[in-house]
Formats: sequence, structure tokens, C-alpha cells
Amino acid sequence: MTTDLASAELTLGPLLLHWPGEAWRDFHYRIADEAPVDTVTLGEVVCPKRWPFNRPYVESVVERLQRAGKRVVIATPALVGSDPDAGLVRELAGHGLPVEVNDMAALGLLRRDGVRPAVAAPGINSYNEATLRHLHQQGIARVVPPPELPPASVRHLAGLPADDAPALELQAFGRWPLAISARCYHARAYGRDKATCQYACAEDPDGLPVDTLDDQPFLAVNGVQTLSHAYACLAGDLPDLRARGVHAFRLLPQDVDMVAVARVFRDLLDGRADTPGALDRIEGLCGEVPLANGYLHDAPGAAWYEA
Amino acid sequence: MSRGGPELVCPAGTPAALRAAVDAGADAVYVGFRDETNARNFPGLNFSRRELEEARAYAQARGAKIYLAINTFARAGDLGPWRQALADAERIGVDAAILSDLGVLSIAAQEHPGLRLHLSVQASAAHPEALEYYRRSFGIRRAVLPRVLTVDDIRAMGAQTDVEYEVFVFGGLCPMAEGRCFLSSYATGKSPNTVGVCSPAADVQYRPRADGLVTQLGDFTINRFADGQAAGYPTLCKGRFRVRGDDTHIFEEPTSLNAASVMQDLVAAGVSALKIEGRQRGRAYVAQAVRNMRALRDAAVRGEAPAADALTDLAEGARGSTGAYRKDWQ
Repeated sequence: MTTDLASAELTLGPLLLHWPGEAWRDFHYRIADEAPVDTVTLGEVVCPKRWPFNRPYVESVVERLQRAGKRVVIATPALVGSDPDAGLVRELAGHGLPVEVNDMAALGLLRRDGVRPAVAAPGINSYNEATLRHLHQQGIARVVPPPELPPASVRHLAGLPADDAPALELQAFGRWPLAISARCYHARAYGRDKATCQYACAEDPDGLPVDTLDDQPFLAVNGVQTLSHAYACLAGDLPDLRARGVHAFRLLPQDVDMVAVARVFRDLLDGRADTPGALDRIEGLCGEVPLANGYLHDAPGAAWYEA
Repeated sequence: MSRGGPELVCPAGTPAALRAAVDAGADAVYVGFRDETNARNFPGLNFSRRELEEARAYAQARGAKIYLAINTFARAGDLGPWRQALADAERIGVDAAILSDLGVLSIAAQEHPGLRLHLSVQASAAHPEALEYYRRSFGIRRAVLPRVLTVDDIRAMGAQTDVEYEVFVFGGLCPMAEGRCFLSSYATGKSPNTVGVCSPAADVQYRPRADGLVTQLGDFTINRFADGQAAGYPTLCKGRFRVRGDDTHIFEEPTSLNAASVMQDLVAAGVSALKIEGRQRGRAYVAQAVRNMRALRDAAVRGEAPAADALTDLAEGARGSTGAYRKDWQ
């Protein structure tokens, strides 16, 4: 297995936030035209009520991304608890693209439909080699583990023989998805409930800040999902992770210049930037939002260790 | 099903609590080994192998079942404790093992085919397609449903799966899909999924300040209480946070689940078992919760409406919540 940095794959993960309609289309058009990523994951992970806004644009976005030479994957909901969730899984898988599953119900129903999902997202809870073996037997070629996977486990799973285990992809940038619920906290914060939400989540393109009573920024609400306030950033950890066998690094879209973020990571992988320079550039792009990589240092996920 | 209705499945963190649960009318008691293989890995709690053998004998003599929770996610490169727990579960002869990890389920199905498998709530299998996947892949017989489903969702399960389903009716209330919540590890570095403790006591601080008593988890303030106000334990999702200028319990009030008022609906929805949360609770609490829930369950099976305030005294805070069972919770 080659483990040089330049051969690592850089991916854009699914947009977890609600940027409806033309905003969704234009964001992905720009990614297609300008972002040096190998793979782009589309789809709707958080709420089936959002997808109708983006559905009209999906074909043109896929075409534009593929014309730009990018592999396109389609991601499915993070919690399949209702028939609308299951219906969205089927609809998204119907585009004929490699499918990313986030819930065992999605894996189950697609396998019964004769579809072999390609990617197991964090909702599948891949913590160990026995789980990876099971997923590999189901045709899963790639696993994005839960954010909290400790460094010893990352090393162990990344080092498994490639013909016997799915490749490992780690989230390297963006707010960690930390929890998912049936309750819409976004609607709740706006005095509504899930049925009457009026798309409160569209009001907060980078998530709704959840601060402590002492005004410490802590979390961000994104509909039924809870995200970290800090942006994950593994820029300083990339060389070691790659040397250990991590195959791909995932950037999750935030309301910052994602093309510029992708360029920093690509420069880092290609040796055109060193770690301090890359971190300076990322900090410059992220404004007030702190960076975090604690999970990879056996620490609280919110912690930051500058390499 | 027991005595013409759903089983009553009750928690025990100690042998004394187990005996109390059985004596108070539990059809089954669920327990864990004293290590990180179960999701209630608190100091001073849970069972040694010998204690489980004795507990099984006590329960068996009184017609009650023992379910063993091996429901954390196994550590990469170190599956030994989970393998050992499965082997001991089979040797001791528990009535079922409650599992959540795909890897542990694979090992159980391949190496311990005689073991009856239940899917833990930690797997958050919230749709019949998920239950069926686990049944086809590992032969699970029952799933404990996550606390995110409405009664209508639960009723719809029956027509779409052969897997029995068990639901929580009393005790702690997770507003998040269980097993997919990394909030506690984000603040403390310790994962409920792998270490078995949410909002661990070692990371909790109570700090008296001029503006009141502040509770913290790791470096983060979880709540603040005025002088004289009872300070609740800082479980992260029950905390009070500042959102859009309001100080609010954005995720969930500091309440616990009490499904008494929807008990008849749950029985009618075809559930195979009703579960009480609380392996961390003392035997007096367990005995009272089991007695009350036994009465409520038996009344529901007879078609009688329960007294909705039947368990209020035991609930955290002043009142219980029906949680996700009613759609307006969402």
C-alpha cells in the first residue's frame, strides 16, 4: 500500500447544513470548477424535508462535478426512523451513484433492493476490525468512523490489510457531527416543532450557536443534528495518519471559503505547504471559530493540539 | 410475552438490586459485567462472573430471566474483553445477550450460535429495515428500540418485522439516538460507547460562585443554580445553554421518562417487553419502580387506564415525560 502524502485522496463530505436550492447548486458548481478535491459527496443526511429544495438541481450538479473529473457519491440520512427517511434513502440511491449509508436500515433496505452501498458513514459506528470485516463482506469499500475513534484504534484499523478491510477515511475539517435526534432543536429554538418548523435551519447557514451560560461557544444546532462549535482540523496530523495507512481525508462544508480550505489541504498533501503555514491559512479562513483535534490525541474532542 | 402481555424487563446494578427486582415482580432482569463491556460501567456497579452465576440461580428458581448487556462498542485490536463476556454469557447460561456492536454481533452469531441475541438500544435501530438487517445477518430475536420513536412508529413495526421489540417505559430519557451521541466525549474525552459512562463523575465539578452554584462537565458549564435551588447532575443533554439570547434546556428538560399514560397504547402496539432504565440505581428505587410498573403493566393488559401520576415521586425533577412517544415532543 502506498502511503505517501500526495497519493492520499481528498474528499468533500456531504453538506450537513441547509443551504436550499440555488445556494446548494452554486456551492457545488464552484466546488466542481475550482476545488482540488477528488471526490464529492452529495445528498441529504439530516432531514428529508430539505431535499425537495435541492432535488431540481441534483442532475446538473452531478454532471458538472463529473465533467470536472470528480467522483460523486450520494449520502443518505443519518437516522432512518420513519418511512420518509427510508423513502429518501431509496430516492437518493436511485441516482445510480456510489451510495454512502449512515444507518443500518439504509444498508438493509438497499441490500434487499440489490444495491451495494460503497461507503459506511459515521452513523454506522465502525469501531473495530470485526465490524470492518462484516461491512467488507457486505461490499462496503470505505468506512468513515465515528469522530471519537481514539488514535490507537485509528492506527489499528488503518493498518489492516487492504484486501481484507474497507479503506479508512477521516474527517479532517469542519464541525464534527456529534448527535442526531428525532427532535428538531432548531425548530425548538425558534419556538416551533418539527412539523411546523418553517425551515428554521435555513436561518443559520453555519449552524445555530449553542453557548454555555458563561458565554463559552460550545455546540451548534443543525435541525435534528448537533454539531461541535469548533471546526475539526487534522492538518497537523495528516502526515502521521497517512503514514499509518489512512486512505482519504474528508472536508465537511462550512460557511467559509471551502475552495480555499480544499487548496490548503491539497497543498499540504502535495508538499507545497508545511504544517505551520497550512494552519495559518486555515485559521485565517475560519475567523473566530476555534479548531479542534482532541479526539486524535486521547483528549476531549473540543481540545486543540498544534502539531 | 409473560402472563398474557409484554414482559417487564428490569435493571440491576448489584446482586441486591437483582433480588429486589425479581421479588418485586420482574419477568426479566438485565445486568452487566464489571468492566467496559457494558454501557453502565460505573464504579462499584455490576456483576462479577460468580455474582452472575448466583444471580442466575436466584432468578431461575423464581421463574425470572437474566439478560446480559454486552453493549459497548469493542476496542480495535483488543476484542478480548468482549469475546470473554460472550463466552461467559454462554457458559453461565443467561437467557439472552444484549449487543450493539456489529463486530460483537458477528462474533456472537458465528462462535456462540446457542446464545439468544437481543439488539441493544445502543444500536439505535429505529426502522423495521434495520431490525430485519440484524435478524438476517445475526439472528437477533429482539431489539430494544431507541427512545426517538412515537407510539405510531412502534405500532407500525409489527407488520414489517419478525423481530420482537422492547421499549423503555421508565427512567433516564436520552433525547438523542443512543449509541450515536458523541457529546459527552466531545467535552470529556471519554466515550459512553466505548467506556460505558455518559457525563462521567470524574469530569464533573460543582463550583460555588457569587452568581450561584455552577455545574461543569470538563471545561464546559452545563448549568447554574440559584442559592437554595437543588443542583441537578450535569448530564450534558439536560443542561441549560444560551441559544438565541435565551437560557434554555435546548435539548431536553432535566426530566425522566414515565410512559404510564401511554402504557395501554404501547401494549396495543404489540411490544414484547417493557423496560425500566436504571442499573445505576439502588435496590430501594428498583424495587419501587418494578412494583409500580408491574401494577401499571398488569392494568394496561387488563385494559384499564393507569393513574398517570403513578410514578411521579420516583422521577427526576418534579414530573415525568412521555418523551418521544407523543409526536409533539419532536
